[in-house]
Amino acid sequence: MKKTYKIEVDCANCANKMEEAAKKTAGVKNATVNFMTLKMIVEFEEGQDPKAVMKDVLKNCKKVEDDCEIYL
Amino acid sequence: MNRKQKNVLMRIIISAICIVVLKLLPIEGYLEFGLFLIPYLIIGHDILKKAFKGIRNRQVFDENFLMAVATIGAILLGDYTEGVAVMLFYQVGELFQSYAVGKSRRNISDLMDIRPDYANIERDGKLEKVDPDEVEIGEIIVVQPGEKVPIDGIIIEGTTTLNTSALTGESLPREAKAGDEVISGCINMSGVLRIQTTKEFGESTVSKILDLVENSSSKKSRSENFITKFARYYTPAVCYGAVALAILPPLVRMLFLGLTPEWSDWILRALTFLVISCPCALVISIPLSFFAGIGGASNAGVLVKGSNYLETLAQTKYVVFDKTGTMTQGVFEVAGVHHNTVPEEKLLEYAALAESYSSHPISKSLQKAYGKAIDQSRVTDVQEISGNGVIAKVDGVEVAAGNPKLMKRIGVEFSDCHSVGTIVHLAVGGVYAGHIVISDILKPHAKEAIQALKSAGVKKTVMLTGDTKKVADQVAAELGIQEVYSELLPADKVSIVEKLLAEKREKEKLAFVGDGINDAPVLSRADIGIAMGALGSDAAIEAADIVLMDDDPLKIAKAIRISRKCIRIVYENIYFAIGIKVICLVLGALGIANMWSAIFADVGVMVIAVLNAIRTLYVKNL
Repeated sequence: MKKTYKIEVDCANCANKMEEAAKKTAGVKNATVNFMTLKMIVEFEEGQDPKAVMKDVLKNCKKVEDDCEIYL
Repeated sequence: MNRKQKNVLMRIIISAICIVVLKLLPIEGYLEFGLFLIPYLIIGHDILKKAFKGIRNRQVFDENFLMAVATIGAILLGDYTEGVAVMLFYQVGELFQSYAVGKSRRNISDLMDIRPDYANIERDGKLEKVDPDEVEIGEIIVVQPGEKVPIDGIIIEGTTTLNTSALTGESLPREAKAGDEVISGCINMSGVLRIQTTKEFGESTVSKILDLVENSSSKKSRSENFITKFARYYTPAVCYGAVALAILPPLVRMLFLGLTPEWSDWILRALTFLVISCPCALVISIPLSFFAGIGGASNAGVLVKGSNYLETLAQTKYVVFDKTGTMTQGVFEVAGVHHNTVPEEKLLEYAALAESYSSHPISKSLQKAYGKAIDQSRVTDVQEISGNGVIAKVDGVEVAAGNPKLMKRIGVEFSDCHSVGTIVHLAVGGVYAGHIVISDILKPHAKEAIQALKSAGVKKTVMLTGDTKKVADQVAAELGIQEVYSELLPADKVSIVEKLLAEKREKEKLAFVGDGINDAPVLSRADIGIAMGALGSDAAIEAADIVLMDDDPLKIAKAIRISRKCIRIVYENIYFAIGIKVICLVLGALGIANMWSAIFADVGVMVIAVLNAIRTLYVKNL
């Protein structure tokens, strides 16, 4: 399953870091962050609850880039 | 500018004034140090905080860290002005970048400003504005002059001219009257329209296009991936380089050469090194170039589904076309009826009825020539034989309509035709009854389009068609297409494209341009699939990588030129930014480049690269 989230982040490199962090989160199959359109597209693994996974994604993103936001 | 940006701008102005004032004051020693801390903290407190948080979260090597170390180092060594100035200019660069990105984001969303906010529904004689999502299929909506058509439908009342420029890039308005289909996203220019919707909002053209545009550039190009990887290794490498530069030369001088170590000089060089190294220029300008390129292209009526496709398109050397609907209008007209043994009208009636279940353009033109309403209940036992034709019972009589292959298949003698066009042979009750000649019209820009492709550096143009050899050869000769394959079944098209793919060299890409449902497999098999007429077949749009919004084949060459410009700018930025940085790094290590040239290498390069990237947005004159 794929879902798109609106994000808020200031710099392109930070967006790349968020992408990296989201990809490494458990339950996430793949993730792309599009800095130009400020969107994060997350592909979840089978049988995962997007809401629970996204909480972890947000936590991991905050770790690498303090000044970011994902609108869940 | 938003609040955050204004806030940064204020801090930049205040600290710049502070620096100037402090430079003029006759102060020395600890007082100078203390006073310079004021502008430093005003301008850099957030960077220091981020750097500190980064260290705590084990994300050490980022630009905040680089800047924090470089400026603190410079201040500790007594170069107060330089230390504060580096931070100041770094913030100027960041502000400029976020402003430029925000601006182009807005620019591009303005270009694609086709999202309708509401739909008018008539309730109890009064117009009511509702969310387009709430309108059901078959409901009647009213579109007033100046409003956007919110949902696809059929006009049931009113005549008007429609402006389709937001969808197709075509500035010529289109006439529309009752009975015509309208697509959402057009702007109604003159009359009031009552439209019966045929789709839900989510399935309407405008929603599909917006979806496509918003999700484009999520597929990243090779250059973007390269930069991401580059930045990942580059920053730590430079940091270790700086540490080595600060420690090794003084040690060598002290231990082996017997000279004074000059620690502070080497540390300053290392700090300069750090300032130069910031990868911002690359990290921001490459995605920005692609984003602006995709935005500019969509403004010209070319939708690109991802930056990777822009990259592939720029390398296109072979263009393969489908004939019908791509190079020709796909509007077939009956040009004549020959060798008929039954009256002309009767033959047309049989043909129109037999083909009435087919959605092929041929059947439409037969129906048009027949001119009367089709009663499909007269037709039974329809058998479509792919690539041959149709066999059906009309009023209980077996009618076979199709090409010579069909006649041979059912064992009927037929007479060949000398006219150029699509020939529909008919056999009624197993006896040959004559044939109908249908010809297609070339698109107005088709010839120019082939020429434009050649001048854009395309090596070979190929046309594939299911049509007869005679028609195909004539069209190809008229247009100047180099290679023609005719009388193909949909599956043959795939195998020919595969053959062409195998013959060409790796770096040369092959594009396939098509429009119909049966082109979908070829569109996805080619290096890059270009669908014509976004306003037509959904399947083709799904399968294609690039969609030309209007049916104009001239846009293919334009799309290639846009992609070339975009890629050229991307490479300019990569070479320029890395080149300047490497030069400055070497000069910095040798002690020739000071802190001020380091600031240029960082902020100056970034500003220039961003400005260069924004150029991709302008595609009008390509």
